[in-house]
Amino acid sequence: MIFAGLDIGSRSMELVLLQKGRIVEWRKTDTGYDPLGQASHIMEGLSWDSLTATGYGRKLISDNLNAQAITEIQAHALGVRELFPEARTVLDIGGQDTKAMALLPNGKISRFEMNDRCAAGTGKFLEFMATSLSQPLEKFGGFALTGRPGVSINSMCTVFAETEATSLMAKGCKASDIALALHHSVVRRSLSMLKRVGLNDPVVFTGGVARNPCMVKLLEQDLAMNLCIPQNPEMTGALGAALYGASKARAHSTASK
Amino acid sequence: MASEYGGMWKSLGMDLGAHDQLLAVLGQGYTDVFLSQANRPKGMDYFNFVMSEVHGLRIKEMLEAREQGEKIVGSYCVFVPEEIVRAAGATLVGLCSGGDFAMEEVERVLPRNTCALIKSSFGFKLGKVCPYLESADMIVGENTCDGKKKSYEELNKLVSNLYVMDLPQTKSENARALLKAEFVRFARAVEELTGNPITVESLKKGIAITNAKRQAMHRLEALRKADPEPISGLDALLASQVSFYDAPVRFTESVNALCDELEERIKDNVAVFPEKTPRILMSGCPMAVPNWKLPWIVESSGAVIVGEESCVGERGLRNLTDDSGQDVESLMEAIVDRYFKIDCAIFTPNEDRADHIVQMAKDYKADGVIQYALNFCQPYQIEAMGLESRMEKEGIPMLRIETDYSPEDAEQLKTRVEAFVEMIG
Ligand code: SF4
Ligand code: SF4
Repeated sequence: MIFAGLDIGSRSMELVLLQKGRIVEWRKTDTGYDPLGQASHIMEGLSWDSLTATGYGRKLISDNLNAQAITEIQAHALGVRELFPEARTVLDIGGQDTKAMALLPNGKISRFEMNDRCAAGTGKFLEFMATSLSQPLEKFGGFALTGRPGVSINSMCTVFAETEATSLMAKGCKASDIALALHHSVVRRSLSMLKRVGLNDPVVFTGGVARNPCMVKLLEQDLAMNLCIPQNPEMTGALGAALYGASKARAHSTASK
Repeated sequence: MASEYGGMWKSLGMDLGAHDQLLAVLGQGYTDVFLSQANRPKGMDYFNFVMSEVHGLRIKEMLEAREQGEKIVGSYCVFVPEEIVRAAGATLVGLCSGGDFAMEEVERVLPRNTCALIKSSFGFKLGKVCPYLESADMIVGENTCDGKKKSYEELNKLVSNLYVMDLPQTKSENARALLKAEFVRFARAVEELTGNPITVESLKKGIAITNAKRQAMHRLEALRKADPEPISGLDALLASQVSFYDAPVRFTESVNALCDELEERIKDNVAVFPEKTPRILMSGCPMAVPNWKLPWIVESSGAVIVGEESCVGERGLRNLTDDSGQDVESLMEAIVDRYFKIDCAIFTPNEDRADHIVQMAKDYKADGVIQYALNFCQPYQIEAMGLESRMEKEGIPMLRIETDYSPEDAEQLKTRVEAFVEMIG
């Protein structure tokens, strides 16, 4: 049996195929303006026995492609558990949302928080700031690491933070110092969310932003602990969705025996 | 509908164009949220009819009664004692405030960071779209939260018939004395408005009508304890919303008829949701018509709402008024006793509310509680924080939601509610 998990995020979508508990295929593409078209595209040439969708577009996929749907909160918890069975806290920073989850020792979610409405503290915020400082997004974290502390950005709002950054530049601050300050502000926000759900070691950091070395370093510093980061941090949701399909099938077959 | 009642609305001074828009949105919302539900009880037909005539027939009826001298009192809060209004031969209607209207105009009068409920009440006034507001002979405001009490100062500039009632903030002896004094003052004011003196007989009658209505709702609530549920939470909410403006005796009969049917359903094991559907208790700010966003999201996310700890729900209906007193004085005392038990978040401290939530969660076999506060509503937002730790101690999962009437956060809310349902399921 092959179980497919598809995570349709606001920025990118990921696909995982699971067979006998092993990942046999994974793919990633941009969500773009036609998520359904992109989804068929990413799944081209593949076959599976059950498909589980998660993320923003879960409903679209489940309505159109004969799939079941679960929320990204549950998908991340399942995915993280598979990769780090001891995990107790999860921070996921994706394109448009930041989520924090507390897991019980048995892996069930005991509490979660999600940013509301705006893009403050999400990948979108970093992307926007990288653009306004003329940095490529993939290099933004490394660039920020070359900055020196001392400058601070106080606003969480994307628009106001840009205004702050611009006026700092006008005062002669270095772009790298400002970049560091911007990362600090995202970290502050993530920490308050983590504290709200109750912070327990080990903490797993997932989502595209977990690839950003400056975010990782600052979070580890402030938490005074090491973070667990999956090799492909964007894949956790899709993996969790595929695992959900597998566990459903297992429950079904035991029930029908 | 527009043509049939156009003249009536015009005579009330309403803005017909704006009102048409409101009715169109309301009608669409009603169709999407209520009529699309599967397997509704037959008894809901009555409530569908009332909703479809909410600005029509009911207003016509009230205006006809007014021709015969019956006054209309509009209220924004469950602290306005219905028994006293009925005793003076007047009719009481709740002014709903559950939808955004004319917000640009409102934000010229009230700060943007005001709760949606207050803004909505102003929007209906400034937009001239609420026939209840326009036909009320007396509008009662009450000094509850700071937002409300300060905004009544502004409302007073927009209407000529605002009566403001003071309310206590604690449950002390002195506070009770204040409530008593205010209820006595209010009784004088409605006597003066109607020209009808309040007597032992009329008070007893007022109490009987109001108690009967509450008893019918208690019956409905008790039936919702059944697992699986014979009625959706949305439909039960609708009944409770309709209780605020329908003619009470007819309303009572209709709720009882609905309950008869639900009893049959329970016997025949007819349910509106599949077995093992996670059961949710909603708690928090009032859910005025047509604020259906969150309940709709909950019930389309694979859960069923089994109860409401809200003023449009058990908080507003919980207690009956003792009718055994033999003089006006003791009946008034009984009314004060009844209302003084309401555990609105404006009271401090307010442990009773937390106790009620725990009790209700157990009675209704709820798998989780969704605590709902309007943005900028400090009383309920702040209580939500304390509730969270109390619920954790009790082992009852709770989700804290802050939102308003706008649809913009619907997707985000859906994800959070669905995740909560997965968590408790
Ligand atoms: S929440 Fe408080 S102020 Fe609002 S209706 Fe209920 S009792 Fe009145
Ligand atoms: S108690 Fe809250 S919801 Fe009610 S009027 Fe005041 S701020 Fe608004």
